[in-house]
Amino acid sequence: MSAAVELRAVSHRYGGTLALDGVGLEIAAGETVAVIGPDGVGKSTLLGLIATAKKPQAGEIRVLGTDACDRRGRGRLQPRIAYMPQGLGRNLYADLSVAENLQFFGRLFGLDAGRRRTRIRDLLEATGLAPFPDRPAGKLSGGMKQKLGLCCALLHDPDLLILDEPTTGVDPLSRRQFWELIDRIRAGRPGMTVLVATSYMDEAERFDRVMMMNAGRLLAADTPATLKAQHGAETLEDVFVALLPEAARRGHAKLVVPPRPPEADGAGPAIEARGLTRRFGGFTAVEDVSFRIGRGEIFGFLGSNGCGKTTTMKMLTGLLPASAGEARLFGAPVDAGDREARRRVGYMAQSFSLYGELTVNQNLALHARLFGLDADKARLDRLTERFGLAAYGDAVADRLPLGVRQRLSLAVAVLHGPELLILDEPTSGVDPVARDQFWRDLVALSRDQGVTIFVSTHFMNEAARCDRVAFMNAGRVIASGPPDTLRRQQRAQTLDDAFIGFMRQAERGEGAVDAEPPARLAVEVAPAGVLPSGGPGLGGVSFRRLLAYAWRESLELRRDPVRLTVALLGTVLLMLVFGFGITMDVENLRFAVLDHDRSPESRAYVEQFEGSRSFVATPPAADPAALAARLQRGEAALTIEIPDGFGRDLRRGGLGGGDGRAPELSVRIDGAMPFRAETVQGYVAGLHQRFIEDRAREAGVTLPPGAAVLETRYRYNQAFRSADAMVPANIGLLLVFIPAILAALGVVREKELGSITNLYVTPVTRLEFLLGKQLPYIALAGFNLLLMIAMAVALFGVPVKGSLAGLLLGGLVYVCATTALGLLISAFTTTQTAAVFGTAIATMMPATQFSGLMQPVSTLEGPAHAIGTLFPTTYFLKLSVGAFTKGLGFTELLPFIAATAAFIPALLALGVLFLPKQER
Amino acid sequence: MERFLRNSLTLARKEWISLLRDGFMLGFVIYSFTLSVYSQATGISHELRNAAIAVVDEDRSALSQRLLSSFHGPEFQTPVLLRHGEVDPAMAAARYTFVLDIPPDFQADVLAGRSPALQLLIDATAMMQAGIGAGTIQGILDDEIGRFVRREAPAAAPPISLQVRVAFNEALDTRWFTGTMSVVSNVTMLAVLLAGAALIREREHGTLEHLLVMPVRPAEIMAAKVLANGTVILALTVVALQGVLRGVLGVPLAGSVPLFLAGTALYLFFATALGIFLGTVARSMPQLGLLFILIVLPMNMLSGGFTPLESEPGWLQTAMQLSPSTHYVAFAQAILFRGAGIATVWPRFAATAGIGALFFVWSLARFRRHLATFH
Repeated sequence: MSAAVELRAVSHRYGGTLALDGVGLEIAAGETVAVIGPDGVGKSTLLGLIATAKKPQAGEIRVLGTDACDRRGRGRLQPRIAYMPQGLGRNLYADLSVAENLQFFGRLFGLDAGRRRTRIRDLLEATGLAPFPDRPAGKLSGGMKQKLGLCCALLHDPDLLILDEPTTGVDPLSRRQFWELIDRIRAGRPGMTVLVATSYMDEAERFDRVMMMNAGRLLAADTPATLKAQHGAETLEDVFVALLPEAARRGHAKLVVPPRPPEADGAGPAIEARGLTRRFGGFTAVEDVSFRIGRGEIFGFLGSNGCGKTTTMKMLTGLLPASAGEARLFGAPVDAGDREARRRVGYMAQSFSLYGELTVNQNLALHARLFGLDADKARLDRLTERFGLAAYGDAVADRLPLGVRQRLSLAVAVLHGPELLILDEPTSGVDPVARDQFWRDLVALSRDQGVTIFVSTHFMNEAARCDRVAFMNAGRVIASGPPDTLRRQQRAQTLDDAFIGFMRQAERGEGAVDAEPPARLAVEVAPAGVLPSGGPGLGGVSFRRLLAYAWRESLELRRDPVRLTVALLGTVLLMLVFGFGITMDVENLRFAVLDHDRSPESRAYVEQFEGSRSFVATPPAADPAALAARLQRGEAALTIEIPDGFGRDLRRGGLGGGDGRAPELSVRIDGAMPFRAETVQGYVAGLHQRFIEDRAREAGVTLPPGAAVLETRYRYNQAFRSADAMVPANIGLLLVFIPAILAALGVVREKELGSITNLYVTPVTRLEFLLGKQLPYIALAGFNLLLMIAMAVALFGVPVKGSLAGLLLGGLVYVCATTALGLLISAFTTTQTAAVFGTAIATMMPATQFSGLMQPVSTLEGPAHAIGTLFPTTYFLKLSVGAFTKGLGFTELLPFIAATAAFIPALLALGVLFLPKQER
Repeated sequence: MERFLRNSLTLARKEWISLLRDGFMLGFVIYSFTLSVYSQATGISHELRNAAIAVVDEDRSALSQRLLSSFHGPEFQTPVLLRHGEVDPAMAAARYTFVLDIPPDFQADVLAGRSPALQLLIDATAMMQAGIGAGTIQGILDDEIGRFVRREAPAAAPPISLQVRVAFNEALDTRWFTGTMSVVSNVTMLAVLLAGAALIREREHGTLEHLLVMPVRPAEIMAAKVLANGTVILALTVVALQGVLRGVLGVPLAGSVPLFLAGTALYLFFATALGIFLGTVARSMPQLGLLFILIVLPMNMLSGGFTPLESEPGWLQTAMQLSPSTHYVAFAQAILFRGAGIATVWPRFAATAGIGALFFVWSLARFRRHLATFH
């Protein structure tokens, strides 16, 4: 039989780090292979390359007889491969139900409705998920998530199944069921090759061959039995340690835990929990948990992800209040506000929770200062010495190897010399040698210094080192006692088996929850030669896959309240703000007068201003200083000072330019806001002119005519009302801003959550992916367009004087362009944070400054003009203002619509070009 | 009290180191107070520049030629000649903001003293240019026609001489205004963003939880964030004022810079507390971004730093008095443009401090509750 997978001299780098170093291997068709090794040795990179999820850098990769480095080869290959990336439910959609997830994957692989129905039914039956078709994937237990992931992977009958750490963080029973499921599937489909990565070395026993990896290289590849025989080792873990290079296992010796000295009388327990319960809403995370931990004891807490271990530990530290029950530390009830009690406890959270951007020394110093121990330099030196951190003092914590980081966390946790240590999965992902080192430290703390240690883990061999352990499942402690006793009680070979025994016992007690799946497995084999297709399509674009993405995106959007609120109400709110806030109208200008004259003429002059709609009078000022102060405080936008004798001079001088002195008026305008000042100048000149003309008419004097008269006509907006120009423009502004951000978020969310892998490894093309994601946002933005037109008409009193049809068509075309713009921006961002802020800046700046909102694009120069010309908002602003205020008809709007439409294919093409179809 | 200060300072020092090592955020903050201020100051001009004008010349006389050539840079582009029928489509397509129509026999009528009428069509949907441009064009035409008819005798003295002086910014240089207001608005935006992001980052990395198992009180954690992020913003405000505004753009800051900085420090209590408040509401950074758009952006836009407060509807003006950002903008304008002293701006300072303190206390209470429940 030919090789299913063939690798030659494959190397892979991430920046300066070499993840794979000249790996060569061969896997026969129908073989089952496990790749084992701790975190960060290159397992995931290897599997990702074989699954075509990652872009190959160097070497040859042939999968199922096809060159996986070739783009066309990948296209033929992808329908035959199934890939489950690392992380519980990483390629699933948490907001979608079990059935919806399966439907989505079925459509991606081009299964028609009938086939989808039967396949999904069979797989749900086989995996025991049939009772929960409507449960959201995010609410499933870890084991169920992984079974669902497997169902999704098997929908299309793959020839090669690639599973990356499928059982990490899953409880022992589900783990066992998972592997039994794989065995049964293989029995029904013997030709299928299975390639699995795992960090549980004992799991590898059931595979045809085991490949051991360390530091990007293959250490060995053989059957489990041969490997153990060759190295005279009992377990694969021992084989692995024996294979490590000398430097890596220096100082490694079998860890022996000395027996615990007898407890001192009358000391009382270190921890006592009675009926501890914690509920989150309707969900009970921890139910009626009781235990007692003696001083100096190492107490292990075992269970899967999400079984309540972490919640229990947080209740003991006071981080979380208990819903019911009581916890006592050293005889006193846990009190979150008691800062002195915190000095007796050291806590290490599940993930690395020190400051990654600080150096080792800075982290230690920070904590020493917070405990008021910074004067004790010797203590810090002892600590760095003891935990082997001296060499890393000035290294930034984020760049340290995982094992060293965990030692640093432990050093920080014991810095203040606590009597009790609470450690939440301190060794997950750490390699076996570093793990043993860590445990050596723990044992020393317990036995030499009498520190009580409460530690959670999912490694059974670590549990075996504890004085006593408690098995936890689904929020309850199902058994506790010394490890050997528990094993004997279940007459089990290993602690794993004992755990499973207790789980089954607990389930029998209250009726099966996660029932054993039926033995029968109906895996129908796809008829030869009938490869699934993408259904009807056009030019290589499959509508089925495209619509699958659109359907899924709209489901997710409907279930995400924050994004939905922003999408529906964000524009409305901002429309109100912009409509009332951005106005070019200059009105309600406060003015103050200092009238030295107090004649009928001076009063008449002031009345001009009082009568104007633009000005509001304030009480007259008493003296020039008060007048100046008004202006300075911003209480008046302009001040008018009328000199003594104004009326007399005006009467005497006449208006025809007689021989008298022309009376002089002084007006001062606040120039802080230049635009306003400029407008005020115009108003003042106008009122002044009118005053002169009125006086002249009264006096019967004819003023000399000008050489010519300028008749000014304000077109489209006779009243020169800001709203008539700004409200239509705001619609254009908001329809680029929010839809682009939401569309960009839609894509980048997948990158951050990991489900983007489905784009990499399934037959969906980039264009189908982008168009599918775009459709729901076009619909939403279209709805917003209607809403804003209604607001413009009803709320701001800006009628659509021109063609409504043109406005609607143009708006639809415009939102297609703006959502496409968001998709293009998403290609350059990897985090949702960057997507929000990046898109906001990238759309807001050109839209407000270069698209003709403030100044017509025709007046811009250089880069500003270029940006303005190449930004869709420029054309829609003209269209919107044209349709609303200028009263343009449909045909007059057509050129703008065409110009806006030209952006759609261009932006989409760029989006496709820059969106990678493989991970780097 | 001593321990409170010690712990707050210790944690603040940690915040500073974190920010220094966060290249992206640091770059963004520095950009906001330097290049961004510069580009906003020079980018958004409220002056008439490069305006597009077209002329329908039905006279084709020496005078009409002179009028045509009187429109030139930097205020105007070279005028484009149009025929009558072309005016409407060109204005519909917004190609020209101004179209001047010179009627037949214009020159002859002027010389005959018949005072003929010129027609100026203005696209009133280009609000900013239309308002200013009308006055400018009127002035240019008056001058040019006046020179043409060569009235030797100086024009009759105006019956009332009106002395209009623009105070505080005589040349009406818009860069003063847009530059200074962009500093003020960036103080708000960046303070909120930095403080909010600092909280969310600690929560996402699990370090917040870590602090809570140590002898540290929530008030100390919040005080450290306010102090650390506030001082960074304050320091950058100095850079923006002295370096960019005064140094590069030559804006003569009228009043006392220390007084303005003192007011900014008061305001930063509110702005950073708002950031922390939003940080407790948002579950993730993207959500913070969306909340920011819905809350901080409108608050900023309506505070009077972009368009005059008195142009807003009355109810909105009243509502905005509750926001310290409005008082901040008001006293920033008073100090920096009008040279106001503490005697003038103290009511604004008091309002900023008072509302800010209330909000700070409320945010702290919310932060405490948040710490007890966020797990």
